[in-house]
Amino acid sequence: MTGTAEGRRGALPSGVSHSSDLQGMLQGQSYLADQGLSTAIFLALKLGRPLFLEGEAGVGKTEVAKVLSRMLSTPLIRLQCYEGIDVNQAVYEWDYARQLLHIRTAEAFGAEEDRQRFEDELYTRQFLVSRPLLQALEHVGEMPPVLLIDEVDRADDEFEAFLLEILSDFAVTVPELGTIKADRPPIAILTSNRTREVHDALKRRCLYFYIDHPSLEREAEIVRIRVPEAEEKLTRQVTETVQRLRNMDLYKPPGVAETLDWTEALVALGAKELNEGLIEATLGSVVKYREDQQRAMDPALSLLAGT
Amino acid sequence: MPETQPIETPVLEAAVAFGRLLRRGGLAAGTGRVVEFTRALEELDVTRREDVYWAGRITLCSRPEDLELYDQAFEAFWENVKKPRVFRRPKTQLSLSPIDDSVQPPKKTAERNKEGEEAVRLRYSPVDVLRSKDFALYTAEEFAELHKLLADLSLSGALRSSRRLEPASRGRRDPRRTLRGALRTGGEPIRHRFRKTRNRPRRVVFLCDISGSMAPYSRAMLRLMHAGVVSGEPIEAFVMGTRLTRVTRELESRDPDRALREASGAIKDWSGGTRLGDTVKEFVDRWGQRGMARGAVVVILSDGWDRGDVAVLAEQMRRIKRLAYKVVWANPLKAAPGYQPLAKGMAAALPSVDVFLTGHNFESLEELARAVSGAVSGRRGGTG
Repeated sequence: MTGTAEGRRGALPSGVSHSSDLQGMLQGQSYLADQGLSTAIFLALKLGRPLFLEGEAGVGKTEVAKVLSRMLSTPLIRLQCYEGIDVNQAVYEWDYARQLLHIRTAEAFGAEEDRQRFEDELYTRQFLVSRPLLQALEHVGEMPPVLLIDEVDRADDEFEAFLLEILSDFAVTVPELGTIKADRPPIAILTSNRTREVHDALKRRCLYFYIDHPSLEREAEIVRIRVPEAEEKLTRQVTETVQRLRNMDLYKPPGVAETLDWTEALVALGAKELNEGLIEATLGSVVKYREDQQRAMDPALSLLAGT
Repeated sequence: MPETQPIETPVLEAAVAFGRLLRRGGLAAGTGRVVEFTRALEELDVTRREDVYWAGRITLCSRPEDLELYDQAFEAFWENVKKPRVFRRPKTQLSLSPIDDSVQPPKKTAERNKEGEEAVRLRYSPVDVLRSKDFALYTAEEFAELHKLLADLSLSGALRSSRRLEPASRGRRDPRRTLRGALRTGGEPIRHRFRKTRNRPRRVVFLCDISGSMAPYSRAMLRLMHAGVVSGEPIEAFVMGTRLTRVTRELESRDPDRALREASGAIKDWSGGTRLGDTVKEFVDRWGQRGMARGAVVVILSDGWDRGDVAVLAEQMRRIKRLAYKVVWANPLKAAPGYQPLAKGMAAALPSVDVFLTGHNFESLEELARAVSGAVSGRRGGTG
């Protein structure tokens, strides 16, 4: 892999020489990453490789991309995947209306050689509308942009195959135009909820990190940083309850996102600590299946009785 | 960026050896990943245990299932722990194996009759007999013959409209093709082109009970699942013993003998006692709810005997019902005259089942294929 052909790889901010430096910077952006995740991000930035993040819903996968974009003050370009997403929605599309106008103008001029010239101009860069992936490749700036390819497991095989080309060469080929190559590879973050197994070939091009639910201590720390208005006692109670719910074999165990939602809901209600009425009123922000709610109610209350 | 410095040999050697160890354990840590690992080590502090640990985990693993194996291997390799006891991914051999029933056509036995002419005799029953014969009475040769019949059976799920578009004579406007056409007519879009959403078959998810009483039927069903997976339709295959095992990948091999061998290699518990509710729950929790059962046709083959709490099964079936487009249940016991769903599990599951059929012989598998493709009258029909 030579330096010239690949453009300048890597996008580490200055002053970062080890993953622990990065951990501090992330914390400065209110994101608590453990050593594993900060090492993964460090390597992704240093080696200029896409980072593939997997984990349960709500553990903060998407958040990584947002935080990186804030931390590096570089734009976040987001591509939300869904079934049937194709090149026209993800990479580029021709601007048909303008192309038609252009031909009509040629008609108006009339001269034969002019018409030929107008037609040749039809498929040039000016008529190409860039969608997120092309935007990320063409971005000009101090830092490469953060490219978030969200929920890649929702896209289908055809699209995955297509991503392969982009993520290995950081280039796309527009048949009418030629190959467009990134000057510097974007900082690519892919997330997956594992609704289906993403193809190995795609994963092979990425660094891989599995984000787990945080420990009690870490989760309390996250709540303190993200919802500083919450009283300490409330923070403890909320995180302990959520941790317990996670061990309860629910259909959908709550993620960190739910913990934060719940704390915010409680703070909005002016709660200083949990009580039965509050739990009943707000349980819906943590546990989102009816069966789960019935199952969760008692343990949540028993925890209260214990404290 | 300066050219990557040559990697220090000891580090490289260690990395390569570590990669080899992981591969032996069953991890897909190919050369590319090992190279990536050494690159990562370059950037980190090789003298710190944590750095080496994470560098490897981030570059050499690609699935949550890999992590446990990685941890073990890491300890064994970098920390010189004495020979790890169980390091390999357990590959249990099983007693009952569909390996014996080869799919190769049975040997034709040539015999001389009294007149001295060679008469070729096949040992299996003629096809039309085979079609209605109960799988429980099949011989190994007949199972082999079944494979040919199954290959013609289409397991294409009922159609749903996808979000991908294809050219059509009417529908949404297709500016791209319209413009191309306009170029030929001097920039005047005389003929408008259209496209519409493409129809695609729904995913079909098979859950096959392999408890003892179901053995002959689950053999037939495994063959059916293999035929389906190989046909390229979107099909997912699971077997339910004491636990749930996904066998889709194993069934992908075109060679049916090999596919069945691999599938049975993946199954850890042939003919264990069934706690049907728990295994179905495992499916919904791990796969179904996340997307696999959503809008899919779910086919369950089981006699409905559940040694666990039937309330669990009833609840899980309701969950599947809410997720899936259609739920088909095949129960070979139903073939007996005067059958009543007496197995508590069966009775608990039935309210959430759209099509209830027998699945005990080839004809009923044909019926099953029709139900899957939506040819059998609708959802909620045919119960009982």
